[in-house]
Amino acid sequence: MSVQHSAAAHIHRDDVASRMGMWLFLFTELLLFGGMFILYSVYRFTHPEDFHLAAKELNTVIGTFNTAILLTSSLTMALSIAAIQRKQKTLSILFQLLTIILALGFMVNKYFEWGAKFHHGIYPGSDTLLSRPSGEILFFGLYYVMTGLHGLHVIIGVVIISFMTVFTIRDVITHDNYVKLESAGLYWHLVDIIWIFLFPLFYLIT
Amino acid sequence: MSNENILNSNGNDVSYLEYKGKHTGILGWLLSTDHKRIGLLYLISLSIFLVVGVIFGFLMRLELLTPGRTIMDPQTYNSIFTLHGVIMIFLFVIPGLPAVFGNFFLPILIGARDVAFPRLNLLSWYLYAIGGLLAIISILIPGGPADTGWTFYIPYSIRTNTNVIPALFAAFILGFSSILTGLNFITTVHRMRAPGMDWFKMPLSVWSLYATAWVQILATPIIGITLLLVGIERIFGVGLFDPALGGDPVLYQHLFWIYSHPAVYIMILPAMGVVSEIIPVFAHRTIFGYRFIAMSSIAIALFGSLVWAHHMFTAGMSDTGQLIFSLLTMIVAIPSAIKVFNWVATLYKGSIDLQPPMLYVLAFIFQFSIGGLTGIMQGVLSVDIQVHDTSFIVAHFHYVMFGGTGFGFFAALHYWFPKMFGRMYNIKLAKRVFWALFVGFNTLYFPMFIMGWLGMPRRYYDYLPEYQIYHVISTIGSWILVPALFLMFGNLIYALFKGVRVTEKNIWGGETLEWQVATPPVHENFIDIPVVTESPYQYKDNELVLQTQEAK
Repeated sequence: MSVQHSAAAHIHRDDVASRMGMWLFLFTELLLFGGMFILYSVYRFTHPEDFHLAAKELNTVIGTFNTAILLTSSLTMALSIAAIQRKQKTLSILFQLLTIILALGFMVNKYFEWGAKFHHGIYPGSDTLLSRPSGEILFFGLYYVMTGLHGLHVIIGVVIISFMTVFTIRDVITHDNYVKLESAGLYWHLVDIIWIFLFPLFYLIT
Repeated sequence: MSNENILNSNGNDVSYLEYKGKHTGILGWLLSTDHKRIGLLYLISLSIFLVVGVIFGFLMRLELLTPGRTIMDPQTYNSIFTLHGVIMIFLFVIPGLPAVFGNFFLPILIGARDVAFPRLNLLSWYLYAIGGLLAIISILIPGGPADTGWTFYIPYSIRTNTNVIPALFAAFILGFSSILTGLNFITTVHRMRAPGMDWFKMPLSVWSLYATAWVQILATPIIGITLLLVGIERIFGVGLFDPALGGDPVLYQHLFWIYSHPAVYIMILPAMGVVSEIIPVFAHRTIFGYRFIAMSSIAIALFGSLVWAHHMFTAGMSDTGQLIFSLLTMIVAIPSAIKVFNWVATLYKGSIDLQPPMLYVLAFIFQFSIGGLTGIMQGVLSVDIQVHDTSFIVAHFHYVMFGGTGFGFFAALHYWFPKMFGRMYNIKLAKRVFWALFVGFNTLYFPMFIMGWLGMPRRYYDYLPEYQIYHVISTIGSWILVPALFLMFGNLIYALFKGVRVTEKNIWGGETLEWQVATPPVHENFIDIPVVTESPYQYKDNELVLQTQEAK
């Protein structure tokens, strides 16, 4: 027992450091996507016509719907943190679960959206796509890679928030120690904000 | 239960080497979150990869001894220079000093008990290990090791049938490890400095590690996404870089160098920190221009991030772009020169004690200056067109990275070895080995400047007979350098087990905090967190510490 005690004595908690670490990590995530935004800008600049035509083929309705879903999920995430701060554990768990459900809803929509494109033969390396002008190949290449990587982040976010829910149930996350949940929230808002840029770049600018 | 005993062996005065935590034996190391043990894990794994990289380099040199085939066929040669590059860059020099000495000494230098995120720190090492393992797997599995060069230039990297994907993925994971280390160090420096240690009371190596950490987290994600895209390109044929599908290979080069140029500052900055640390100790003088050295680290990190396209002057770029990048390249030389001048000014009228760490540091200054000045030459547009892709570049790069960072690494190793292990190596042998290394290094790389200037292309398997004399001298250099390297490691490994025990806290007479803690440091570094009142390196007159003689 005394060994455990001495081990516990050196555990050091610094919420400011945890938050700082998370922000630094978010910078790296932004830069990761930044590389692709550079590619997007360059190719949009060199192939404006093709990008214009290709963008018209994306389903703006699903895109808008997904934007609404993701923004709402950011709200529920923020509310779950507000709830835990006010010692409302059950409410916090409910909001976290709601966030997960909305995230999964986003992925389901994405599945149908990608599925429809595949159905029309538009996917990397397909004959239909390869017969089109190179600007459109680039547009759809970027579309799949960027929304795909974003989708991967959504899935990672779901896993992280699920862990947070378990932590909240087990009282690891409490009203006076919620920095984990806060960091998960920051990550989730990042996923959201990247979508905020992806949505106009692919769906709205035509 | 033997709790009593465990408790005793974990008293506050037990060194980190003997500390018994939750796990014992090998697990006590593999699962330890102690920054010092993680530092040693890195030291062991880095040294193994260094040896592998050295062997590949040695074989390359041997092949180039004569024109045509000497010992291997061209395909093997291509793979070997790729592996030499990938292993040396991604597995040795980039993690290099921060992972080993940064981990071990950063918390001690700022008066902290550990880094901000100890478990994340251990995860970084595991990512490093997985990346290293993947790199080895890419050599062994069928298909043959990658033969693209460490730069993975498109379109060849998406056409070749060798194992490019495992190599790419290895570099990707290693990047992740590097990012997490950087993130950890920044937070540690911000949050965990001892009371009283304001920014300008930090030792200079902390400054350089801090600047490095920013480059690590801001530049590495770009290579991450770029390498990922090459992988996706190979698997799915998306076309983002493939010219056949409308992609732009030059764009790949930009993205690659946006990281890989700043990466050379990830490699060199920590070594500069070590030099700034060692010089005042062995010159017995207060460092000259502390603030300038500190700020020049930040300036190097900043400007170094804006010069990447000087790798691509011949790749096709607008004249305006070329001029801007050429200018920025010259500007980076200013903060580097500030450091060199301040080091030399510190030496001036100092009482210089030529112990092994100091010898390595002096060699660093000499070789880094040659490497740095030839770097400025390449920043000149007209000269660059002459020397681009010749062995001039190889010589320049090795003078900076091996003559600089490598020698800086050895300096750090000889400087901190007694503190880390509580043993002293054979100083006389260490000095002799240094001279062999120094001679071997310069014999190996200097002829490359000359033949590169005369037009010898880099990475070529074969060459015209008129270049042979330089190749022969260079290869002879490798015959001096490589045995000397092994002798150096032999001396240190022997000392690890049989060296004279050192128990003095301050064997070299250093003024930074690591010399105030026990030798070797106790598990939590400091029994009481120190309060810092003075700047580092405040040397008083005649404070010559001569314990080194006794230790020998």
